[in-house]
Amino acid sequence: MEQFNWVRDRWRQLISGRRLYSAPDSRSTKCSPELHNTQRLTGKRRTVIARHGTHHHEYHCISKGYQGNRIRTTKYSLLTFIPMNLFQQFHRFANLYFLFLVMLNWVPVVEAFQKEITMIPLVVVLIVIAIKDALEDYRRYRFDQKINNNTASVYSGKHQTYVDQHWKEVRVGDFIRLSCNEIIPADVVLLHSSDPRGVCYIETANLDGETNLKQREVVRDQPQRCSELTPENFTARIECEDPNNDLSRFRGFMEHPGKARVGLHNNNLLLRSCTIRNTETVVGIVVYAGHESKAMMNNSGPRYKQSKLERRLNVDVLWCVVLLVVMCLTTAIGHGLWLSNIKEAPFLIPNAASPALAGFYLFWTMIIVLQVLIPISLYVSIEVVKLGQIFFIQNDVDLYNDNLDSRIQCRALNITEDLGQIQYLFSDKTGTLTENKMAFRRCTIAGVEYPHEENARRLEVYERDEDEATGRSHTLKSRTSAKSLSCKSLSCNRSSVSLHTLTDHAEEEEPPSPIMHQQSPFCSSMEKDIAPDPLLLQKLSGLSSPRFLLWDASMELTYIVDFFMALAICNTVVVSSHNQPRHVVKVPEVSPKKLKSLDDIKMLFQRFGLPRFSTLSPTHTTEIAHSFTGKLFATDKAASCNPTPSKNATEPDGEPNPRPSLPSVAQATDGDQECEGEDKGSGERGSWTGLEDNMVPLNMGDMSRQELFISKPDADELIYEAESPDEAALVHAARAYGCTLQGRSVEHLLVELPGMGSLVVPLLHILPFDSTRKRMSVVVRHPLTNQVVVYTKGADSVVMDLTESAESPEQPDGLMRGHVRKQTQKHLDDYAREGLRTLCIAKKVLEEEEYEVWLKHQVFAETSIENREELLMESALRLETNVTLLGATGVVDKLQEEVPETIEALQRAGVKVWVLTGDKQETAINIACACSLLRSTDHLLTANCGSKEMCEALLLDLLKEVESREAERGDAPDVTSGFTLVIDGRTLDFALQEDLSDNFLELSRHCRAVICCRSTPLQKSRVVQLVRDKLRVMTLAVGDGANDVSMIQVADVGVGISGQEGMQAVMSSDFAISRFKHLRKLLLVHGHWCYTRLANMILYFFYKNLRISPEVP
Amino acid sequence: MPKKELETANRPDNTAFTQQRLPAWQPMLSAGIVIPGFVLIGLAFIGIGVALFITSRNITVLEMDYTGVETSSDCFKCSAGTIPNCLCNLYFTLNDTFPGQVYFYYGLTNYFQSHRKFGVSVDAYQLSGDTYYFTNPLNVCAPYQFVNGSIPIVPCGLSANSMFNDTFKLYQLVNVSKPVPLDGRGIAWWSDYNVKYRNPTTTPLKNAFNGTIKPPCWPKPAYELDLTDPSNNGLVNQDFLVWMRRAALPNFRKLYRRITGPDYASGLPPGNYTIEIAYNYPTMIFNGRKKVVLSNVSWMGGKNDFLGVAYLVVGSLCVVMSIVMLIVYATFKFPEDG
Repeated sequence: MEQFNWVRDRWRQLISGRRLYSAPDSRSTKCSPELHNTQRLTGKRRTVIARHGTHHHEYHCISKGYQGNRIRTTKYSLLTFIPMNLFQQFHRFANLYFLFLVMLNWVPVVEAFQKEITMIPLVVVLIVIAIKDALEDYRRYRFDQKINNNTASVYSGKHQTYVDQHWKEVRVGDFIRLSCNEIIPADVVLLHSSDPRGVCYIETANLDGETNLKQREVVRDQPQRCSELTPENFTARIECEDPNNDLSRFRGFMEHPGKARVGLHNNNLLLRSCTIRNTETVVGIVVYAGHESKAMMNNSGPRYKQSKLERRLNVDVLWCVVLLVVMCLTTAIGHGLWLSNIKEAPFLIPNAASPALAGFYLFWTMIIVLQVLIPISLYVSIEVVKLGQIFFIQNDVDLYNDNLDSRIQCRALNITEDLGQIQYLFSDKTGTLTENKMAFRRCTIAGVEYPHEENARRLEVYERDEDEATGRSHTLKSRTSAKSLSCKSLSCNRSSVSLHTLTDHAEEEEPPSPIMHQQSPFCSSMEKDIAPDPLLLQKLSGLSSPRFLLWDASMELTYIVDFFMALAICNTVVVSSHNQPRHVVKVPEVSPKKLKSLDDIKMLFQRFGLPRFSTLSPTHTTEIAHSFTGKLFATDKAASCNPTPSKNATEPDGEPNPRPSLPSVAQATDGDQECEGEDKGSGERGSWTGLEDNMVPLNMGDMSRQELFISKPDADELIYEAESPDEAALVHAARAYGCTLQGRSVEHLLVELPGMGSLVVPLLHILPFDSTRKRMSVVVRHPLTNQVVVYTKGADSVVMDLTESAESPEQPDGLMRGHVRKQTQKHLDDYAREGLRTLCIAKKVLEEEEYEVWLKHQVFAETSIENREELLMESALRLETNVTLLGATGVVDKLQEEVPETIEALQRAGVKVWVLTGDKQETAINIACACSLLRSTDHLLTANCGSKEMCEALLLDLLKEVESREAERGDAPDVTSGFTLVIDGRTLDFALQEDLSDNFLELSRHCRAVICCRSTPLQKSRVVQLVRDKLRVMTLAVGDGANDVSMIQVADVGVGISGQEGMQAVMSSDFAISRFKHLRKLLLVHGHWCYTRLANMILYFFYKNLRISPEVP
Repeated sequence: MPKKELETANRPDNTAFTQQRLPAWQPMLSAGIVIPGFVLIGLAFIGIGVALFITSRNITVLEMDYTGVETSSDCFKCSAGTIPNCLCNLYFTLNDTFPGQVYFYYGLTNYFQSHRKFGVSVDAYQLSGDTYYFTNPLNVCAPYQFVNGSIPIVPCGLSANSMFNDTFKLYQLVNVSKPVPLDGRGIAWWSDYNVKYRNPTTTPLKNAFNGTIKPPCWPKPAYELDLTDPSNNGLVNQDFLVWMRRAALPNFRKLYRRITGPDYASGLPPGNYTIEIAYNYPTMIFNGRKKVVLSNVSWMGGKNDFLGVAYLVVGSLCVVMSIVMLIVYATFKFPEDG
C-alpha cells in the first residue's frame, strides 16, 4: 500500500504541478538577448523588479514565469472531475482488484455470477468516494475563494497610489502596504516601516504556532528610510533564490542602479500568512506569490507511515493470494482430469472445449468465485477502525491538559497500534521530562558563588503551590495558547484548511486586550520574580553608593556589572510593555538628571573595565590618580543628593509578591567594609585607578550627552518575549539586580543599570545561537567606555574552551582570570550535581582596528549569497576567541509532574527508556535520579573517553563487567537493580561508528536505561536509527524542541511535546502531547487496546473470509 | 463566566462512550475459571455424544444396490439400457420387524448435482409458473433451452432434464405378492411446493404447455407426470420437486415414498419382500450406482454415527485438556494468581 500512496502522491504533484506552474522557460521572444543571458547565468535564482517602476517592458519579460498570488488547492475542475477522480480511485489496489473481477465476469466462458450484480458493489463504492471527494474539493474551492478575495493595499501604477486589491491580483514585483494586524498576502521583502528604527514585528502563529513576536528589518541602506517609499522611483533589482520551502532561509541581494549590492536575508522577508504586529505600516515588494510563497510550499499533506502490523498484514494477504491461486489451480487441474475421465456424459452440458481448456476457464471462474478469500475490504475496514481509535485517543480526558486547554493531536492516522509495540523509548530531557520553565537559581561571578538561598526557598514554595496555582497565571496562559491552538491543530491537515483558519483568524482578530498580553511565554511569576542574593546586591549597590571609591573591589564590580549587562543584552528578547501591548518601548525623551554621577561611573569603567590600562606603569600615574580620586569623591557626594537610583533599579515597581527587603544603608556599609578587607591583598589593583584625565572628554565627544541620559519609561511592567525560556530567565535575573532591558531596536538597546539610569547601548551585531557553536554573542559598543565589546553566552563546555586560550600567565590579569576560571569550573560542577542547567557568560573587548578587520569579513559574509551560512559561522568563530570569563549561571528546570511514575511504569512494561540530552553529564545523571530512571541500587556504567581505541577498549571492558556481574547474580534476575549506561557526546561519536556500534548496542542491551549527555541533534537521530535498524525494534522518540526533530522523524513513532519551545517538534511528530505523563496512558492503554483490537479484527477477518468463500456457490 | 468556558473549550466530553467506560464484560481466563469450564463443557459434550450415538445406533437402515453390475443381479439385463421399459425385481428378507415409520429412498452415487453448471441451468421464473418464460426460457438453460432452436422446453435446463425416472413398487411376499402401500404426498419441502414452484393458472393445465416441448430425456410431458393424481402434475410434482432440490454431495439419497397403510404403520413385519423396479435411469456410463434405501428416523434425523462420535471425541478432549491444565497449573502456579 505504501507504494500506491506514494504513486498517488507523486501523481497528485504531477497534476498540480502541470496545472499550477507554467513552465518557466516559456519566455517571450521580445525580451532582449542580454536579459536571457542574465537569466541563464543566475541559474537557480529569480530576479524581481518593481512592477510599476520605470522598466515596464523588462518587468513583463522577467516576471512572466512567476506565479500570481491566486492559490488553488482544489484537485479537480468541473470538467476533469469524473475522469480524474476515477483515475485516482483506481490507484487503490482494492478498487483495481474489484474492477478486474468485474471485467472477468464479463467474459462469457468464465462468468460465474450475473454481470450486473457483481458491478453493484464497485459502483456504489466509487460513487460514494467520488461524492466525498467532490464535497471536499468544493470546500477547498470555497476556502481558496475566500482567501483569494481578501484585500490588500497594493500600489497601482494607474492611480499612482495604493488601492485595495484582491489577494489573487497581487503579482510578483507589486508594492504592498500593510498595516498593523494585517495578514501578509505573499512573501514580501520589507522596504519601509513606519517604525523609525526600520523594524517590523510579525507573529508567525499561522505558520508554526509560535506566538512570540519576531523582528524583521528593513533592507539595509534603503535610501528613503524616513519618507514614504515611492514605488515609481524604486529602480533596484532584487535577486534571490528560487522558491523553496525553507522557512528559515532566504538569501539574495538587492542591486541598486549604481551597482551597489545589498544583501538580503531572512530578516528582510515577511512571510505569507504571518501577521504584522506593533508596526503601523510597512511597505514591501512581493518576491514570491501564491503557491511559490514559502508558507504554501510548506503545506504538505498528513504524514504517511505504515505500521508494523500493516506490513505483516500485507505479507498475510500475499499468502492469501498464493492460497487462492493454489486453490484455483487445484480445482482447474482436477476439473480437467475429471472431464478427461468422463467419456460420454449424458447429464453434462456439452462443452466443446478440451479438458485442458475447460480447466483453464474454470481457473478464472474459481478466481471470481473465491474472490472473498482475499480480504481486500480489510484495508478499508482497518482505516475505519483506526479512525475510531483516533477518535477515542483524542477524546481521552486523561490526555487532556487543563492548563493549556489542549488535547492530544494525532497527526499520523495509521500507526495507532504501533503505540502498543514500543520497545525502546528515546526521550529528550529539557521540556520533555522537565517543565522547561526556567527559573534563575544561582550564579557565580568572578569566581565568587552567590547561593541565592532566598531564591531557593521561593522556588520551593512555587513547586509546592504549583497545583493550586492554576488561578491567575494559568487562565491567562491558556488564553494565549488557545488562540494559537486553532491553527496548530489544523495546520497538520490539508493546506486549504490551514489557510481557512488564516482567514478566520483575520476576522476574529480583536484589539489586543491587556489581559492577553499580561502573560507572554516564559513569564510566569515563578520565572519572573527572582529574589536577589543579598551579598551580590550589596556589591552591586556599590556602583551607586556614594562611597564606592572607598571600596576597593572595583575589579570585581566591573565583572559583576559586565555580567549583568551580558545577561540583559546577550539575547534576542523582545520587550514590550503593559501600556503599549506588544509594542516596542519607544526611546523616551532625554533628561539631564544624574549627569554628574554618570560621568564618574564612566570614568570608573574606563579605569577598571579595560585590561590594557593595567599595563600602564603604576608609578607613572599615581599622582594624577590621587588628585582625580579626590575629585571623583567630591562630585559623587554631590550626586548622592539626588534621589538614589538604586531604589528604582533593584525594586521594579508593580512586582506584586513580597521579597526580601533591601539591605539597609548600614548593612551596605558593612558589606563594603568586608569586601574592602577581603581585597586588601590585591594591591596592584589599586594602580588601575591611575587613569588619564583626558579620557573623559574623549568619550564625551563620541556620544552626546543627550543620547546617553534617558529617563525611565513610564511603564514599569515590562514584558519579555523570548525565544527560549533560558533567555527569559536570565533577563529576569538581570532585572532583579536592576539591570533592566527596557527596549530593543535594530541598532540600539535600552538598558537601565543601577545607579546610572537608562543607557542606550549601540548594538552592532548579533551572532545568533546555533547548535554547533552552542553559544550566542552580541557585539555592542559599550555605553560607558565606548569600546566595542563582545558578550558571549553559551554552554559551559564551549565557553570554557574559548577562555582557555586566553589564560596565560604572561598577561597581567592572567592570574585573576585563571583563578576565576578555576573557581567557576568548580561551581559549575556543583551546579550540575544539583541538576541545574548551566550557562557561562564571557566578554571580550575589541580594539577598534580589530573590529574593523572583523567587520569587513562579517559584512562580506552577510552580503554574500552563495554560502552565507558558512561564512557567517566562520565569522562568528573568528570573533569568539580569547574571551574573558565573567561567570556562570545556574538555571533550575523543574521536573514535570508524574514523570518518575511514568518512567517506572514504562520500564515495568518492558520498555527501555533512553534519555538523550544536550546537558552536562552531572546534570543528566541528577535528572535521571530524580525521575527514577536511575535508582540507587543501579550500577552506573560511565563511558567517557577521548579516542576511538580507548572507546573500543572501554566498551569491551564494560561489557565484560556487565556479563560477569550478571553471571554473579545468577539466573534469577533481580528486578530492583540493573545497569545504567551514561555516555557523553564525544564517546557516543566513536561508539556510533560502524565497527563499534555492535559493541555499543550489545552493551546497551544489558542496560535498563541509557543516558546520552552532551549529544547533538544529529547524534540523537543516529542513535535512534542505529537501535531501530540494528536491533529491529519498535522505537519511539519524544521531544519538544527543534533539536529533537530529526530524532522524532527517524523513530518509528515520533511524539512531540507541545511545550515552550515552539512547534517544530510537534509539526514533525506523529502524536503531539502536552505532558510527558500522557505517554503512560497513550502507550500502555491506548497502544495496547489499539493493537489487540486491530489484531483481533484482522484475525477475524481472515477467518470470516475463509469461512464464507467456500459457501459461495 | 466566559473565561471559564474558554479555558475548557477543548476538553473532551467525559461520557462513558468517549472515555470507553461503557459496561463491558471481559472474562479473565484464569485457571480457576478455565479448568472447571473445560470439565463442564467436556461432560456436556460427552452426554450429548452418548445420546446421539445411541439414537443413531437404534436407527435401522437397509440399503440395496440395484444398478445391475453383477451378472447375477436381476437388473443386469436392464443395465445395458437397451431394453425400453425394462422391469426388474429386487428381493430382500427381513428377519426382524423394521420398526417405526419406514421411509423409502432412492440413492445415487458419483452424481454431481452440486456441479455449478448443473445448478445454474434452471429457469426460476418458468418454474414459478410465469407463462412468458414458458415460451422464452432463460439463456442459462442452454443447451436445454430450445429444441431445434425454436420450440421452448418446459421445464428447461439440465437439472430438470436429468430428473430421476426409475419407479418402484414394494411387495410383501406372504403367499401372493401383497403390495405395500407407498405414500408420495408431502415428500417435498413445504416452501418448494407452496412458494418456489407454481403451476400456471391455466385450466386445463395442458393448455399452458401449448407450443412447448418436454425435456428431451423425459418420457412424458410435465403435465402427465402423475397420472393417478391430477393435482400432482406439472411443475409441482412431488418427485420433480425432490429432484430439483439439489444434493450437496455426489453420493446422495432422496426420499421416494413413505410406507403407509394399517399393516405397516408400526413398521415392516419380518418376511420376504420384493421391489419391482422400472429401470430407466442410466448411471453406468458415469460409473454411478443406484440404490434403494429403507430407513426409519429418530429425533436427530437419519442414521448418522459420526455426529455422536464427534461429540464424544471433543468432549473427551476437553476433559483431557482440563486435566493437563490442572497438572500444569499445579506444577507452575504463578505467584500473582494467588
